[in-house]
Amino acid sequence: MAELRAPAPPRRHLLSIADLERGDVERLLDTARSLAASLDREMKKLPTLRGRTVVNLFYESSTRTLASFELAAKRLSADTMSLRSAGSSVDKGESLKDTALTLAAYDPDVIVVRHPSIGAPQLVSRLTDAHVVNAGDGKHQHPTQALLDLYAMRESLGRLEGLQVAVVGDVLHSRVARSLVQALALVGAETVVVGPPTLVPRGIEALGCTVSHEIDAIAVADVVYVLRMQRERMGDSFVPSLREYTALYGITPARVRDGQVVMHPGPMNRGVEIDPRVADSGAALVTDQVRAGLVVRMAVLYDVLTVAPVEARERVEVG
Amino acid sequence: MLVALNGDSDSLTLEGRVLAAAQGIDEHLRITVTDGVISAIEPTAASALVIAPAFVDPHVHLRVPGREDEETIRSGTEAAAAGGYCAILAMPNTEPVVDSAAVLGALVEQARKEAVVPTGFMAAISKGQLGDELTEMAELAATGAAAFTDDGRPVVSAGLMRRALQYSAVTDLRLALHCEEPSLSRGGHAHEGTVAAELGIGPYPSTAESVMVERDLSLAGAEDRPLHLMHLSARESVAALDHALASGVRATGEVTPHHLVLTEEAVRSLDPNTKMNPPLRSGEDRQALRDGLRRGTISCVATDHAPHARHEKDVPFEEAPFGVTGLETSFAALYTHLVAPGIVSLETLLERMSAGPARVFDLVEPRIEVGARANLVALDLDAEWTVTEDGFRSLSANSWLLGETLRGRVVKTVADGRLVFEA
Repeated sequence: MAELRAPAPPRRHLLSIADLERGDVERLLDTARSLAASLDREMKKLPTLRGRTVVNLFYESSTRTLASFELAAKRLSADTMSLRSAGSSVDKGESLKDTALTLAAYDPDVIVVRHPSIGAPQLVSRLTDAHVVNAGDGKHQHPTQALLDLYAMRESLGRLEGLQVAVVGDVLHSRVARSLVQALALVGAETVVVGPPTLVPRGIEALGCTVSHEIDAIAVADVVYVLRMQRERMGDSFVPSLREYTALYGITPARVRDGQVVMHPGPMNRGVEIDPRVADSGAALVTDQVRAGLVVRMAVLYDVLTVAPVEARERVEVG
Repeated sequence: MLVALNGDSDSLTLEGRVLAAAQGIDEHLRITVTDGVISAIEPTAASALVIAPAFVDPHVHLRVPGREDEETIRSGTEAAAAGGYCAILAMPNTEPVVDSAAVLGALVEQARKEAVVPTGFMAAISKGQLGDELTEMAELAATGAAAFTDDGRPVVSAGLMRRALQYSAVTDLRLALHCEEPSLSRGGHAHEGTVAAELGIGPYPSTAESVMVERDLSLAGAEDRPLHLMHLSARESVAALDHALASGVRATGEVTPHHLVLTEEAVRSLDPNTKMNPPLRSGEDRQALRDGLRRGTISCVATDHAPHARHEKDVPFEEAPFGVTGLETSFAALYTHLVAPGIVSLETLLERMSAGPARVFDLVEPRIEVGARANLVALDLDAEWTVTEDGFRSLSANSWLLGETLRGRVVKTVADGRLVFEA
């Protein structure tokens, strides 16, 4: 890319699960767990990131992700501010590049980016000196969602290695599915992706999963991970109707066996991809996932700022 | 019709290993050019340079009229000269579209004042390239159109395509086609394959090209009209072209340097300079394109030089426009990646960059013989150079080769008897 700054020392970002190794995932999950324990024990606020600034730059609507990043930064005593595209200069046509450069002028330590286009967080990381955390880019990656899902699975089932996970639904349009499949492969779990042929992209096996178009494939899974079915997909005839989708792939009580847990990244379409009786049952880990989101995002902010590569660590100590 | 700025022809001599496979020449010669015409060819001692017929690029976007910030006739033809080209054909997808004699006539006049290298202008097949009504092809031909194309867009309607094939017979110009079925490519930003699936980029399947290639070859065969297929990318398209040629269809095809060198893997960088239409495809597709080029099924290398303003490419991948520049790097890129590793012979590459495209578009074939207008390129095959933004004569720098070190360099270009580039 053109006209970039002189190369800065390497900084830790969290742009994609593909950049992580197994050890990184385990360290992040362990950090999240100890943060959860200390939040239980002590006050709700830790002084760890006092004096640091975390900026949330959100170009897409979001409830739980934005809320949990804001709260995570506050629980770690960081200063935080959130910028949404609506009502900002983005509305006036400002490019991502100019917005990033403007924010960079305030010297934020971390920029959390959500954007409808793949690669937007990478662009921000090249344009600024901040540590960048991807909070969802296009249909590409949503790495903190994958990490919080692993955290919730591990807390509930006690392990990740060897776990059987079925990811059900619209994989084609899902950054959650891409990140999760990669993350599960990293920690030694086995994943089958289940959905209609029109919504499972050709070549997805390369991420480390198998593919089935039969809902029966979920029977052997320890975890049934249900993806949101977006109504706007009807216009493009990916499926003929939500009714038929629900009949073929909806997660109903009859399709969930004893001992299975059911997860969903939210927001749920009750009665479409997930039967309300399943969503409200003891098998559902949905609220566990939301709670995990807070501690995992705290761990991510802590990790990118403190567990730096050697060169960056030297720079932090000097500065 | 090719036009260039008026100027005196040059007199000069070039010495080197002269490679003109079409004329069966491969020996060390001194070529004397007098007033723009080759006046003597004599044996000489061995020297380091290769002298070949200069290149012809049948697919260039000059962005005039409308986007002179990205390229002008002057800058684009200077880039062509630096790339070893003695003739280029410019695409009509400008603002406004080259769909009337008025716009075309103005371009031809402008080229007489600015074009360093002889330039031809293709005119649109349909008015406004909207795919609804044919342009006034006879008048456009009389005004100097080099061929007809809606490049940048497909001719969606099979009915209009058939009419265009039929009606264009009132001229002696051929149709050059951008084959893309929009209902298959919509929302697509990268080849439908492993990389797009992994990264979640909107998929642009091979069939979006190949079903249109098959349709148009079928129509051309039925109408017995010639047809040129632009920027082929998919192996299914090459197979369809092979099949059509075997059954007597008068079809030709071109391929770009980036489709010959890169695959979809390059898109992992999310660098907007790896985003083109058609997209970079799989290793098997690239192999089919290389095989097609060697066999001659694909008879032309075309750069599809597509300049874009920096701020338009300085955005996330999916928001970036399609297209990359290529005029100044085509020979070196293909020499480095295809000839040096022994994938394509130097003779074949030189033929597909010169006589091949000249024949398709009925342009004067650059020849090395006494009495011919001098259209020559001198190449230093051992020279290594690094592609940098400030090294371009083009006004745009959206090259897929930025930062790469290439082997093989154009050191002199003679176009229609004039020395237009000297390194």
